[in-house]
Amino acid sequence: MSDDSQAAPLPLDRWHVARGARMVPFAGYSMPIQYEGIIAEHRWTRESAGLFDVSHMGQLILAGPGAEKALETLLPADLAILKEGRLRYSLLLADDGGILDDLMVTRRGDHFYVVVNGATKLDDIAHIEARLPQGVVLDHMKEQALLALQGPKAVDALSRLAPGVEALGFMTGAPFQLGSVTAWISRSGYTGEDGFEISIPAARAVEVADLLTEQAEVKPIGLGARDSLRLEAGLPLYGHDLDPTTTPIEADLGFAISKRRRGEGGFAGWHRIIREIEQGAIRRRVGLAVEGRQPVREGAMVVDAEGNEVGKVTSGGFSPILEAPIAMAYVPAASAEPGATVTLAQRGKLYQARVVPMPFVPHRYQRKGAA
Amino acid sequence: MSVLYTEEHEWIRVEGDEAVVGITDFAQGQLGDIVFVELPEAGRQVTKGGDAAVVESVKAASDVYAPVTGEVVEANQALVDDPSLVNTDPEGEGWFFRLRLADASELDGLMDAAAYKSFCDSQ
Repeated sequence: MSDDSQAAPLPLDRWHVARGARMVPFAGYSMPIQYEGIIAEHRWTRESAGLFDVSHMGQLILAGPGAEKALETLLPADLAILKEGRLRYSLLLADDGGILDDLMVTRRGDHFYVVVNGATKLDDIAHIEARLPQGVVLDHMKEQALLALQGPKAVDALSRLAPGVEALGFMTGAPFQLGSVTAWISRSGYTGEDGFEISIPAARAVEVADLLTEQAEVKPIGLGARDSLRLEAGLPLYGHDLDPTTTPIEADLGFAISKRRRGEGGFAGWHRIIREIEQGAIRRRVGLAVEGRQPVREGAMVVDAEGNEVGKVTSGGFSPILEAPIAMAYVPAASAEPGATVTLAQRGKLYQARVVPMPFVPHRYQRKGAA
Repeated sequence: MSVLYTEEHEWIRVEGDEAVVGITDFAQGQLGDIVFVELPEAGRQVTKGGDAAVVESVKAASDVYAPVTGEVVEANQALVDDPSLVNTDPEGEGWFFRLRLADASELDGLMDAAAYKSFCDSQ
């Protein structure tokens, strides 16, 4: 959506503006791109704790007998072994194995709680609802806001307000009282840092955002730093690094295809995906360290020695931590191993880049809960 | 000599038959953190309104246009090592290049500081 007038306000709209945010239209909403500056916000998140408003994302409930089986036809995750309060990263797949969205699914009592991307949520809902059997219902929780508190000091700030969150391990969640607000809190995020995602009633979002930013460790952070943080963390962004023309194996997300599901199948796209697992995909998403200082961005081409396009850059920018340009690109399988060099073309100029393992900046997740 | 401004947010400070060019404080504020600047080589001919340099923020790349026609005589090498000078001192240490004016009459169409300020306020 490019028309600003159609950008709907989120629950914290005025709160962001009052704190000096520059607002931009994103995924159909008006959202904060930055406050004091992307690099400062990026570093603050890596050193302390950043508060992100991600209320544009879709929060869904799938409930009813058969919800587990129905979801397993759409996602390659093993939900049967997913324990109460545990999160899984998964993919909404088309019949040809293309990726319709990436998402987090949590078993929560008698239902599954699913968080999907903001720009794709309405399409996701239509896709899922059209494939649900009778008795399984989807509820789009439009009345919920979603905040993320990310960074090494997130646990200090949040455990002061919601004692007990420090005991959560990475990719687990539970309900907590945050002040007087009942929140669903999981230890998860999109920055590569330790941190939490906090689902609360939209009507209480301002109160919770105030409580969190009253903590000395916490500053509000915009979408600009969210993007540079996730790029350093090697995490793909839907609509850029993933789309309906990319498969999980091409996208190097094979870990999201659970072991039981690889063998049994029974999910959209299985035939193509199992073939790519066995024979390899013709192209793969890789991390690139670009020579020099100039960022090579989404849309740049990967070219061969004759200048023919053989791949594309899907995300690229300047890493504030490495102080160097980094990128994600799809490259031919023969050039996809770390150490391979590739040539990129952008606005008539050529750049050399080296395939490097991701993440670019090490993850610092708290896998065991309280340290 | 006074400083003149373009609608593309470049400034130009005329010094005899030469002039120094950069981007304005308004422009650097809009772009955000500058991480790379591509400067023209000395000797390059630039044309009024044509591409002269590229400035890259964390978010995006932007072209910098020549405010007037002329020959580049010097580029600010300090920006190669420290592009953030464009953020911290856009109309001083963060200058981009110096050129020799081809046609001083091209300066007539540019804005003075007061006109540029009201132009920015209307943006």
